[in-house]
Amino acid sequence: MNVMDTRATSAMLYLDGVHVSFDGFHAINNLSLALEPGEMRAIIGPNGAGKTTMMDIITGKTKPDEGTVLFDGTVDLTRLDETRIAELGIGRKFQKPTVFESQTVQDNLLLALNVDHSVRGTLFWRGSKAESERIDKVLETIRLTDARNRLAGSLSHGQKQWLEIGMLLAQDPKVLLVDEPVAGMTDVETHLTAELLKEINKNHTIMVVEHDMTFVRELGVKVTCLHEGTVLAEGSIDQVSSNERVVEVYLGR
Amino acid sequence: MTPHILTRSLDRAATAFILIVAAVGVLIPLSNLLLPQGSMFQVPTYLVALWGKYVCYAILALSIDLIWGYCGILSLGHGAFFALGGYAMGMYLMRQIGSRGVYGNPILPDFMVFLNWDKLPWYWYGFDKFAFAALMVLLVPGLLAFCFGWLAFRSRVTGVYLSIITQAMTYALLLAFFRNDFGFGGNNGLTDFKDILGFNVQAEGTRAALFLLSCLALIIGFLICRTIVTSKLGKVLIAVRDAESRTRFLGYRVESYKLFVFTLSACMAGVAGALYVPQVGIINPSEFAPANSIEAVIWVAVGGRGTLIGAALGAVVVNYAKTFFTSGPLAPYWLFMLGALFILVTLLLPKGIVGTFNSWWETSKATNGSPDADSAAREDGVGAPNPAE
Ligand SMILES: Nc1ncnc2c1ncn2[C@@H]1O[C@H](COP(=O)(O)OP(=O)(O)OP(=O)(O)O)[C@@H](O)[C@H]1O
Ligand SMILES: [Mg+2]
Repeated sequence: MNVMDTRATSAMLYLDGVHVSFDGFHAINNLSLALEPGEMRAIIGPNGAGKTTMMDIITGKTKPDEGTVLFDGTVDLTRLDETRIAELGIGRKFQKPTVFESQTVQDNLLLALNVDHSVRGTLFWRGSKAESERIDKVLETIRLTDARNRLAGSLSHGQKQWLEIGMLLAQDPKVLLVDEPVAGMTDVETHLTAELLKEINKNHTIMVVEHDMTFVRELGVKVTCLHEGTVLAEGSIDQVSSNERVVEVYLGR
Repeated sequence: MTPHILTRSLDRAATAFILIVAAVGVLIPLSNLLLPQGSMFQVPTYLVALWGKYVCYAILALSIDLIWGYCGILSLGHGAFFALGGYAMGMYLMRQIGSRGVYGNPILPDFMVFLNWDKLPWYWYGFDKFAFAALMVLLVPGLLAFCFGWLAFRSRVTGVYLSIITQAMTYALLLAFFRNDFGFGGNNGLTDFKDILGFNVQAEGTRAALFLLSCLALIIGFLICRTIVTSKLGKVLIAVRDAESRTRFLGYRVESYKLFVFTLSACMAGVAGALYVPQVGIINPSEFAPANSIEAVIWVAVGGRGTLIGAALGAVVVNYAKTFFTSGPLAPYWLFMLGALFILVTLLLPKGIVGTFNSWWETSKATNGSPDADSAAREDGVGAPNPAE
């Protein structure tokens, strides 16, 4: 239990007093948020609220001007670069699905596997049975088994979203940051995605940004509403959606 | 190298390419040496040297394709690595002249005597030994590329900015090598070579051997590149080419990958330059001219970026055309024709000769209903680079 002494917080992901401005525009303002280990958190908020920027900060793409960002209570993420943060176990799905378009679906997953990422390791890499079994399993989960040899660029928008979620599964990080996973999906696909995230949440911490309220409701987890780079409300979906300020922000004043 | 990564690299096209280069490498010298002069099938010595030059260009093109076609690094300064390898070889050849120079100085090359230098500069030490010079052929371009790449890739200089600084690099070297006091023969460069490893560089036998060696180097270079692009490393390179930042978020250290291929590619370019110099008999600062590097990139674009074979083919085709046109009445217009060729290829054949052929082959196979066409075409997972980039 002496581990607790060195930990600043029990949270898996801990943001406190974070500020970011782009050329004088304050995209993130005194943002504080904590994700407990094993938690799934839904983040909502109007366009430009700073949701994606928050993920940029956590993954090292954007450096905050001030504030604390801790991973696992001990690691200061503001000092690390994207590669290092990914290695620590923070995976990300981008708002605009970003897959390797000129490579096959299964190669996309192969690239995402959390195995040796060194130049040497990849040069002398030879596939193992364990690896291909993992890829098969992910392909099945994301329903792309039949498309495994297709180029990722030829997939539909929804399939790309799933492939990117599959890449997260292959990466098997401790924390998953999922930015708008159901944009461009049909209702059925949206439902399946919610099921999938709930399944993944059984042994991963997840932060998911989404505008689709039915989806957020289906997840049935704690919701944080961001507005102008700061937390406006936090609680269950019913609490948040009945919050006066949230209604005001969404309906426009 | 363990065999699995080598065998994986040899598909049908790659094997055919190697066999053709090997056949050319053996048959041209044999016909030159064994058949009677003037016979229809005898390749004259000047052509052996000319084709030897093309083969060296093909190696340079290969080295560019490895970084540009597969990793998206558009170097417009690769001619510099080629020239540095050439100079390293030239320095060895200069020191082999010994007292046979015009001034008869046993140690100092003629141009140093002419400049009234009384002793050999330190950086010329060791170049009387072939092994040392051969090491420098790899080391000098490799080290420069490593330092350059380390600075550029770590600060995430990419795209056009990287291309511009590579141009600046080769231009800076051009200016430096032009200076007499830099110690590499200034404007005139290094020339009047006598022998290499004890053989007369002008002799038919030596030329034939150099040609064969160039073909061998092309095969080895090709095998190295194929091994890389068909390994998982190759998939990472393509990932970097297509979505660099995404690759970082998967936990790959992109700058290490870039540094590795960039340095390797510079070493290959250096070898190409080293084989080139004894065959053309001279190396001078004009080899550093920024336009040379751009021309080499055009060869790759014409042949097919990201196909390796195409790069080699492009180098030969464009240079053959260059020889053909610049020896005729159209000579003054060659640069315009090269420019026009580049524009035409970009517009009409954005994938280059080999890239276009590959797509045509894939579609025709697919329409013929071959069930494994889809997977066979993509077994190495190498899609063509996006021409819009
Ligand atoms: N690199 C940047 N440079 C300048 N401004 C930026 C940058 N990144 C984000 N912004 C601005 O910061 C604000 C927050 O953007 P962000 O993308 O985080 O919003 P979001 O909550 O993800 O919105 P959406 O729901 O539309 O995705 C926006 O006004 C955006 O224009
Ligand atoms: Mg966003």
